[in-house]
Amino acid sequence: MIRFEGVVVRYPRRDRPAVDGVTLDAAPASVTAVAGPNGSGKSTLVRALIGRVPLAAGRVLVGGEDARAVGRLALARRVAVVTQREEPAFPLEVGEYIAMGRFPHRAGWGGAGAADRRAVAFAAERAGVAELMSRQTDELSGGEWQRVRIARALAQEAGALVLDEPTTFLDVAHEMAVFELLDALARDGMTILLVSHQLNLVARFATTIVLLHRGRVAASGAPADVMRGETLESVYEWPLVVTRDPAVGAPALVPLRGRGGRRS
Amino acid sequence: MTVRHAFWPVALAALVALATAAIALGAVPLAVGDVWGALFGRGDPLAVAIVRTLRLPRVTLAALVGAGLGMSGAALQGVLRNGLAEPYLLGVSGGAAVGAAVAVSLGVSSALGVPLAAFAGAGLAVALVLLVARAARAHADPRTLLVAGVVVGAFANAAIMVALANAPPNTVRNALWWMMGSAADADWSRVRWLALFVAAGGLGLLWAAREIDALSLGEDPAAGLGVDVDRAARRVYALASLLAAATVAAAGLIGFVGLVVPHIVRAAGHRGHRALVGGSAITGAALVVAADLAARALRPPAELPLGAVTALVGVPFFLAQLRRGP
Repeated sequence: MIRFEGVVVRYPRRDRPAVDGVTLDAAPASVTAVAGPNGSGKSTLVRALIGRVPLAAGRVLVGGEDARAVGRLALARRVAVVTQREEPAFPLEVGEYIAMGRFPHRAGWGGAGAADRRAVAFAAERAGVAELMSRQTDELSGGEWQRVRIARALAQEAGALVLDEPTTFLDVAHEMAVFELLDALARDGMTILLVSHQLNLVARFATTIVLLHRGRVAASGAPADVMRGETLESVYEWPLVVTRDPAVGAPALVPLRGRGGRRS
Repeated sequence: MTVRHAFWPVALAALVALATAAIALGAVPLAVGDVWGALFGRGDPLAVAIVRTLRLPRVTLAALVGAGLGMSGAALQGVLRNGLAEPYLLGVSGGAAVGAAVAVSLGVSSALGVPLAAFAGAGLAVALVLLVARAARAHADPRTLLVAGVVVGAFANAAIMVALANAPPNTVRNALWWMMGSAADADWSRVRWLALFVAAGGLGLLWAAREIDALSLGEDPAAGLGVDVDRAARRVYALASLLAAATVAAAGLIGFVGLVVPHIVRAAGHRGHRALVGGSAITGAALVVAADLAARALRPPAELPLGAVTALVGVPFFLAQLRRGP
């Protein structure tokens, strides 16, 4: 559904490209996770998808078509994106906020129609925030906020959902709730592409992990194939071991305390 | 919900009541009934003349200035994601005043020439402020933008002084009027062209309102919703500058209206930018009509500069907002 093909992105005045020839696929009905250390180019991929950085080479395909050729509004009807720190400048009612997801579906002067209201109600229900609809966005907790953002994206009624670090500031329970929701959405048939540095969590939920290192794909495939000690050690530049999560058997990364590792 | 709906009739009623009071009060006080009669050409011919040639154009001009500044402020606050943004503090009005002053000192006197020169000056000022703020990474602290704007405004004041150093005394007096703001020179021709600019800029912003909604979430989220971010933002800056420039050409530098008004409309429960821009037009009109009435009535027979009255109200409001954080 979403395919990055040999994508290269350069920021001005940097010696190496932020993204350097990345190819990856996010398929329907699955969770594809892009992981990697800080500065590995994860968020730049999301910005490349929404046209916020120019591509020096390669292309981004959505449903087999070049995303640039699809047109901005049509792209937003196919792919919904939750970027980092998305927040209104002035507090909104949660219902108004979720309705922002209808932007690509509504014409210039028209008000919200029945289809818009249905989509908003359905999205709120699906993300489990229906009871928050009349709250103000500045009164939400971190976990509620993130589910409201996902509801806003679901109101776009796109077949694909892209999230940049959806659980960064959340505690364990809310983190799990967000990942369970994404897993359920994938089971409904959605294409989920998420950027995350929480490798252990991603290893439990993702169908495919794409591990980035300095703008290049260091490894990609099923979690068990990507989560190998030597691969992760060279990517994270820190000594670590990979064990098995005792409860569910998923691979889990455990960083070791500085035995000869490069301290930063 | 109830507050949100009650806002429209209350704001309109306030505007009508303040406008009626502003027409009734003055050196020759009129009864409210006479005001309404005179508007339709009935009653005492002297009252009709006072209302139709003196007070009505002035009140209409003040209302249009307020509407323009209110809409400009609402749009700028949304796009810049900054509750302290407004044309005066961003130096946009100062740039417009430079443009107008240069045009006047070059002998331009046509009805459209001065506002268009003001628009050119406003456009330069807003481009300069945004460039400086971007270079200083203003997203780290939105107050950087305000600092850039205030400094550009100070530069504009200096430039006006230089431009008019050798101008005839009459021009200098007019220039000082501009820098302090006044609706005293109102006539129907000025009202007509200002109405044209305010209507054009206002309709443009109402059309762009949903893009402003999206931009107020941030640039990346807006792009994710399908907005062409750079182009949409430029369009809003141009429309907001056009509105500010027209008000400056018509009545000079009047600060803080664009700052205060959107906060009032938001407090009444309107957060979408279509309602916010429309509500700011009505509220801004009411506020400037009231300020102009105060400018005439506080220390008769002298007139206070209109910009001084709005600053007396606006500065405490600004400081309170600054304390809450932008």
